[in-house]
Order: sequence, then C-alpha cells, then structure tokens
Amino acid sequence: MRRLRHWGPGLLLLSPSLILLAVFVYGLIAWTTKVSVSDEHNALGSKGFVGLDNYTKLFTNDINDRFTHSLRNLLIFTVVFLAGAMFFGLLWAFILERGVRAEGFFRTVYLFPMAVSFVASGVVWRWLMNPNTGDNAGGLNSVLGGLGLDFLQNTWWTNPDWGMAAMAIPAIWQLSGYVMALFLAGFRGIPQELREAAAMDGASTYRLYRNVIFPQLTPVALSALIIIGHMSMKMFDLIMSVSGPQWLTEVPAIYVWQTLLTSDYAKAAAISIILLLLVAVVIVPYLIYTNRQEKNA
Amino acid sequence: MTTASIQAPPPVESLEPVRKPRRGTGPGSIIKYALALLFLLIVLMPMYVLIVTSFKSGSDIGVASQWSLPETWTLASWEKAWTALQPAFFRTFQLAIPVAIISSLIGAANGFVLSRWRFPGADVVFTLILFGMFIPYQAVMIPLREIVTTLGIPPGITTLVFVHCVYGIPICTLIFRNYYATTVPEELIEAARVDGAGLLRTFTRIILPISIPGFVVTIIWQFTSAWNDYLFAIFLSNTRNGPITIALNALAGAQSPDYAASMAGALITSLPTLVVYVLLGRWFIGGLMAGSVKS
Repeated sequence: MRRLRHWGPGLLLLSPSLILLAVFVYGLIAWTTKVSVSDEHNALGSKGFVGLDNYTKLFTNDINDRFTHSLRNLLIFTVVFLAGAMFFGLLWAFILERGVRAEGFFRTVYLFPMAVSFVASGVVWRWLMNPNTGDNAGGLNSVLGGLGLDFLQNTWWTNPDWGMAAMAIPAIWQLSGYVMALFLAGFRGIPQELREAAAMDGASTYRLYRNVIFPQLTPVALSALIIIGHMSMKMFDLIMSVSGPQWLTEVPAIYVWQTLLTSDYAKAAAISIILLLLVAVVIVPYLIYTNRQEKNA
Repeated sequence: MTTASIQAPPPVESLEPVRKPRRGTGPGSIIKYALALLFLLIVLMPMYVLIVTSFKSGSDIGVASQWSLPETWTLASWEKAWTALQPAFFRTFQLAIPVAIISSLIGAANGFVLSRWRFPGADVVFTLILFGMFIPYQAVMIPLREIVTTLGIPPGITTLVFVHCVYGIPICTLIFRNYYATTVPEELIEAARVDGAGLLRTFTRIILPISIPGFVVTIIWQFTSAWNDYLFAIFLSNTRNGPITIALNALAGAQSPDYAASMAGALITSLPTLVVYVLLGRWFIGGLMAGSVKS
C-alpha cells in the first residue's frame, strides 16, 4: 500500500497518454489487422472473415504483380538511399571532424534540407530530374551536358528499371546531413585519451582511424542505418511530390493510398500490415536492444 | 563511450568540436576544404534553382536559360503562389502552434514520471510508448478516418491537431525523459518527497521552472513536424480545409505545372520552418538527435 502511494500518482499522470496510445496505436493496428482478414472490398463493407486470403493474393494474384513490383521498387530505393546517405553523412562528418574553419556554418548548411518538407523539396527535384536529354535537356541533364558529361544524362525516375535509384537522390540530399550529425556526435564522443594513447604508440593517422576511431562508431552507424532505414520503408511524401502516384515509382506506402481511393479497405489494410511488419522487424529489436543497453549502463 | 542508449540527453552541445581546428596548409588540408566547399554548393544547388526560378517571368523559363539568373526579375509568380497558398498558410499556423504547445505539455508530464517518478515496469511501458513513433501511419489510417467521422471531430485542422498531439506523445515523452534524466538530480526529487511534496507539486514547482530548454526542443520539433506533414494531411483533410503541404501539392502537382509559381510556393511553404531552423538551429538539432533514440 505504501509502495502504491509512492508510484501511484505517477501512473495516474501518465494514464491519459497510455490510454490514448493503447487505443490509437495498438487498438487501431488491431482494427486494421481485422479489416485485413475480412472481405471488405468496397464501401458497402461486407464483413466476412477470409483468413490470410488478402495477403496471399497480394503475392500470387495481384494484377501485373503490382505488389511485388512495389516491393522491388522499395528495395532499390532503400538500398541506394541508405548507401548514399551513409556515405555522404560519414564523409561530411569526417571532413568536419578533421577540423575546418567556420565549422558551424558548414554544419548548418549540410543540415538545412532537414528543415524543409519533402513536399516542398519535391517541387524542385521534379524540375531537376527532368527526363529530357540532348538538345531539350533540362535540369540536371542540362548541367551534365554543359559539363561535357552527356553520357551521364539519363531519364532519372522515369526509367522503368532503375528509376527508383534516381528517386533516392532527393532523399539522400535531404538526409545525409542528419547522418552527418549523428556521426559527428559519435566522433566527438570518443575520449581524447584514446587518440592520445594511439599517438603515443606511434600510430599513423590511417591506423588511428582504421583501428581506433571507426570501430568506436559502430553503434552510431547502426542507429543511423535503422533510423533512415525505417524512414525509407515509410517513404511517401517525397515520391508523391516528385512523380505523383504512378506505376513506375509505386511503393507499398503509396499503394495503400491508391487502394483506398477505390475503397478496397481489406486490401489496403493487408498492405499496411505488411508495411508495419517490415518496419517492426527493424525497429523492435532496436528498441529492445537500447532498452537493455540502458539497464546495463 | 558512445552507445545506443535511450538514457542520454539530446546532445545539443555534443556536435561542438572538442579542440580547436587544426589549421594546416598541406595538400590534405586543400582537399579537405575543396570537398567541403563542393558539397556546400551541391547542397545549396536546389535552393539556388528555387530562388532564381521563382523570380522569372513565363517567357524566361525556357530550356536554354534554365540555370541563369532572371533576365527581368518579377514578383508575378510570388503573387500567384501567395494567392493560392495564403488561406492554407494561416491555417497551418492554427495547426502547428496548438500542436507544439499541447504535445510539449503532455511530453513534460510523461517524461518526468518516466525519468524521476518511476513505477514497476516503467521501462517496458516506455518502450511500448516509443514504438508508436516508428509505425507507418498507414497501419492506423483506415480505422482512424472512421473514428474521426464517428466522433464527429470537424474535418481539417481540428482533426489534424488531435492526431498530431496523439502521435506526438512518443517523441515528446522521449525528449523530456532524456532531458530530466540528466538535468534533474534524483536527490532533488527525494528532498521534495521528504518535505511532503506530492507529484503534482514537485512537477509544477520544481520541475517545470527548469524545463525551458526541453520545451524549446519539443516545441520546435512538433511545430516543424506538423508544418511539414503531408501523410496525415492527405488522409484527413482536403484543399479547402487542409494545411499548406496539401495546398502546395495542388499548386505544383498538375500535369504541366507552372514551375515559377510552384517554386515560389515551395519557398513560401518552407519559410516558417527555415526561419525556425536558422534562428534556433541548435535546439532544432537537439530534437533531430533525440529522434534517433540515442546519444
């Protein structure tokens, strides 16, 4: 009883939030799951139970393999986006960590795209990735032409095979600064004594980074990968504003939206739940891991 | 030691260099500055396009002069964009300001409990709360629309304020929990307890007065998130009652868009968050870093 009085008020203060999240996160996910195993394929909403039918149909019976196509698009996008953002993020952090004058200015500029919405930046990236080439080249293609790099001109996201790789470019532009900030904090969190000890041992700069500093950054790299990885799987705004909803650049998050426009609730719910599972596979172990880390700290 | 930990505070200061930058003049140093400047230009390039194009007149937008400065600078596109976006622009303030304030207050209360007034199982509860900020919101959107209609919450801004506050609980709780875990010593709370102060009294008298830095971070974070949001907006509002991202998309998303007006519109849309970023950058970054759950 005394213990209850001890922590009871805290739980009480927290309870409105807990109830809201229980309902609006977990409750609604359960509700969506229920819709996904029903046959609610139009606004009339018949509520029969069909088991995993809607899920298996997505993989085996979708017109033109639309769902697997959207997964393939998502995979290409994610691989290019993660590779690019991690590469530039680490490179920028490395440049700044080597020490440049007016570092704050560089940092501010590298990070500024994070303050802009994908909807706004999509406007300019749509213009930059103008698919015309040759004499009609616009946007980036005309720069490449001007630099004599005509062979690099391409159709960007309108390319049916690798368009999604081009779609990742704006995402890389927008989030490399964020990865940089994470890595920079990682670099600066390494104790000075470690560097000095390595210097005392006569380690070259290369050895210092290779054997001492980079290994220390592994946890940072992991967090960065997981955070931008889960953002990538949810990517919606950017694609909607650069290409709009269309076959070439469709990913599951957009497929849900398109399916809802036709009131096929059951199918939209099934895609949503698959998307949720994809994200959960990455995020849940991460949350458990960080929770455990903290307990050990 | 940098470990992935939910415990540490938003490391607003952790980006600052530990020591003075070296000032070399060797080849390594030249490469370093050359690369830094090159990337600076690349990052700013879309901004150049936005600004330059927004001041061009229709005849000036042809392929040949795409990248050059306007021949005649004109505000016509800005006027067109402003006319199209103005109602949504003001509506978005009505969305983002309440969201920022309400979310921050909820986050402060939750963060305090979870960091300094803990109960058995608090860590598990905290992890369950955090999961809410990572979910793809499509997974709640279908029933969410139904609930909003059933409850009779007016469509548009009111609905969006509500959902942003609910789904903002995890991040705001996280930021405040991290903040209190490091700025409020356990002994202070114990002392207040010994003096017979209850939870609410401790929170309002001792905790809230030292919470300003936490509030700045969450207010900026939630303001920016609500301002930039498109997903909730497209599901739960329309061009007549929705925020500016919806209006901008309507302006710019046409088959053959008016690029000059679209880009002026994109700049108008980004202006409030950019102003916040430039003026309050370090706190903005604090929110960003907290979003990664780690230090």
